[in-house]
Amino acid sequence: MANEEKKTPLLDQLEEGRWPSFVKEIKKAAAKNKKAEALLGQLELSYREKKVHWKHGGIVGVKGYGGGVIGRYSDVPEQFPDAAEFHTIRVNQPAGWFYTTEALRKLCDIWEKYGSGLTNFHGSTGDAILLGTDTDKLQACFDELAEAGFDLGGSGSDLRTPSCCVGPARCEFACFDTLDVCHEITMEFQNELHRPMWPYKFKIKIAGCPNDCVASIARADLSVIGTWRDEIRVNQEEVKAYAEAGFDIQGMVVDKCPKKAVKYNAETREIVIDNESCTRCMHCINEMPRALRVGKEGGATLLIGAKAPIVKSAFMSWVIIPFMEMKPPYTELKDFIRTITDWWDENGKTRERIGETIYRLGMPKFLRDTGIKPVPQMVTAPRANPYYFWYPEEVK
Amino acid sequence: MARTDFGPPHYSTLIPDIIKENYGKWLYHEQIRPGVLKHVSETGAELYTVRVGSPRLASIDFIREICEIADKYSKGHLRFTSRHNIEFLLDDKEMVEPLLEELARRGLPVGGTGHSVSNIVHTQGWVHCHSAATDASGLVKSLMDGLYDYFVENKLPNMVRIAVACCLNMCGAVHCSDIAIVGIHRKPPRIDHEKLHKVCEIPSVIQSCPTGAIKPNPKLKSVEVNPDKCMYCGNCYTVCPAMPIADPENDGVAIFVGGKVSNARTAPKFSRLAIPYLPNNPPRWTETVEAVKHLLEVYAENALPGERYGEWIERIGWERFFKLTGLPFTEKHIDDFIFAPTTFRTTTQFNW
Repeated sequence: MANEEKKTPLLDQLEEGRWPSFVKEIKKAAAKNKKAEALLGQLELSYREKKVHWKHGGIVGVKGYGGGVIGRYSDVPEQFPDAAEFHTIRVNQPAGWFYTTEALRKLCDIWEKYGSGLTNFHGSTGDAILLGTDTDKLQACFDELAEAGFDLGGSGSDLRTPSCCVGPARCEFACFDTLDVCHEITMEFQNELHRPMWPYKFKIKIAGCPNDCVASIARADLSVIGTWRDEIRVNQEEVKAYAEAGFDIQGMVVDKCPKKAVKYNAETREIVIDNESCTRCMHCINEMPRALRVGKEGGATLLIGAKAPIVKSAFMSWVIIPFMEMKPPYTELKDFIRTITDWWDENGKTRERIGETIYRLGMPKFLRDTGIKPVPQMVTAPRANPYYFWYPEEVK
Repeated sequence: MARTDFGPPHYSTLIPDIIKENYGKWLYHEQIRPGVLKHVSETGAELYTVRVGSPRLASIDFIREICEIADKYSKGHLRFTSRHNIEFLLDDKEMVEPLLEELARRGLPVGGTGHSVSNIVHTQGWVHCHSAATDASGLVKSLMDGLYDYFVENKLPNMVRIAVACCLNMCGAVHCSDIAIVGIHRKPPRIDHEKLHKVCEIPSVIQSCPTGAIKPNPKLKSVEVNPDKCMYCGNCYTVCPAMPIADPENDGVAIFVGGKVSNARTAPKFSRLAIPYLPNNPPRWTETVEAVKHLLEVYAENALPGERYGEWIERIGWERFFKLTGLPFTEKHIDDFIFAPTTFRTTTQFNW
């Protein structure tokens, strides 16, 4: 490469500023690695031309797996031969994204040997992303990853790597053990995770409470969101402490309760919650975590169907199972996942997410086929039209 | 052949002792200062979390650097958040200040908790994707430089979650964010008739179009796109590389506002269109950064304490949102896709 081509005046401007710079990161890697150096050059070209310079896909992988590696080829390989192949390896992250420095250093050492030295911690779906290697290095890289205890994540039309919030590891809001559910589901569906066999991708995200810190309701074909069946636990001594500290309980908590289910007696400085009206939105608990706690009878609401706009608009997940207990070995959840993915596999068209299949064929048909009982929690309101089906066994 | 299907390392081998001992026993938490959380357990144990912004696209040098920090201050343990932040988990309060000093020396920002702008969830962009309509890393770096004070301080009515997706495929949770920035195309795909029949399956291409804009062209063994029906989603390009849609002159970004995923107070919401188009202007995307800053400032000035972006708009009404922000309301803001009627106003209740 000519010296002139090595200059990156546009990207250099992104080394400035107070936020950590990804350009500095690419340059650190480029100082030691030709692939990273080529990436820097190609990215500068993209910045100059306002155009992407990666080709469309390409099938590469490691033995035994159908997913986990994304093929990436440069469309200007003659200019940047070291970036001609720049494949991504998706490494299945540990539940809750916890690491020891020992584990992270192992990943770094392997990636230094086989790849560009560039990573994403983490990708959008949750995997640790190793960015940029050659086809002939994939197998050896995976072999060493496997030896170090790291498996690949999902890609293509398979179960994408499940992810979860920090859960009971560090959050008092967790209504069940999100990390354990995430790990158990990941282990149970290893075949579906590693071998694309479905109409399209399928994402599972597991959030410990209705705050949904993993955005499961927006992003997951199956959203598992913590909730409880009994009552919010109130510590009246701590309520008094909030009041004494000058916290505006009436304004910030009572007035903002969507169901007007919280009453505050300013004289006695006590809170009363009408748990029958409460819809467990988390607001009062978020505001007064020292005084209010989620109920003891925790479990999860299962929602189905979220996806981004491609193709027929974005969907948010909707309620399908209002409450499921989350107790090991999570047989009910595993069976449920099998039931819905089998139905989708039978009925879905290519590149159709499960939410879209249900939308196309109708929720009543989905419920009928899967044997899931209709309940009012599934809808915000019953239909307003008279256009429903009767089946032969229902009429004379 | 290497072993397969063994799954990720078990989390129990990676969590620090203080978490092992207090797993599921956490009682409450508080924010000591922006970026520092204290969790208190039923056992009386205290865990201090220091949250640090990362560039997400990190070299192994960076990962080793944070390992060095974790070895020194958090007994060799750390975690990442769903928004690409790094969290150091300390069981010793005395170590918090020295850690903060070290992070400041190394130029790593501490924040992203409480009523702040947390790190921006984003996609690959020009760095590593074939379908990107804009870069993601450069846009996010420019935005976070511009919004830095909102990350390290708590000066907003509530948390603001920003996300960037470099095309409509949206591999991030963009469509339910307080502020969502999406790379868009504005012209139909070009068709490489020579190549199409060799690399694409024509029925799949036709089926891929959500508006039925693609029809077969048997003469050329190819397809045609009806430009009046195409709304540039790029789904055909995803299934057929012979229909490139990237266009340096016309690609850019759109900004949507008011979405959220949390169920707190109000139900989760989609983000709605605020700005239909801003040009791609690398390396600093000045127009986009200014627009997002403006959207944040108007919200910060007008929302009530505790109101999320979308809750504020719901209270004042979209008509007043457009007035307060000074953004033009155009025909592009009125939905004409399949769920459009759900967004039409079917009441005489509105503001002037």
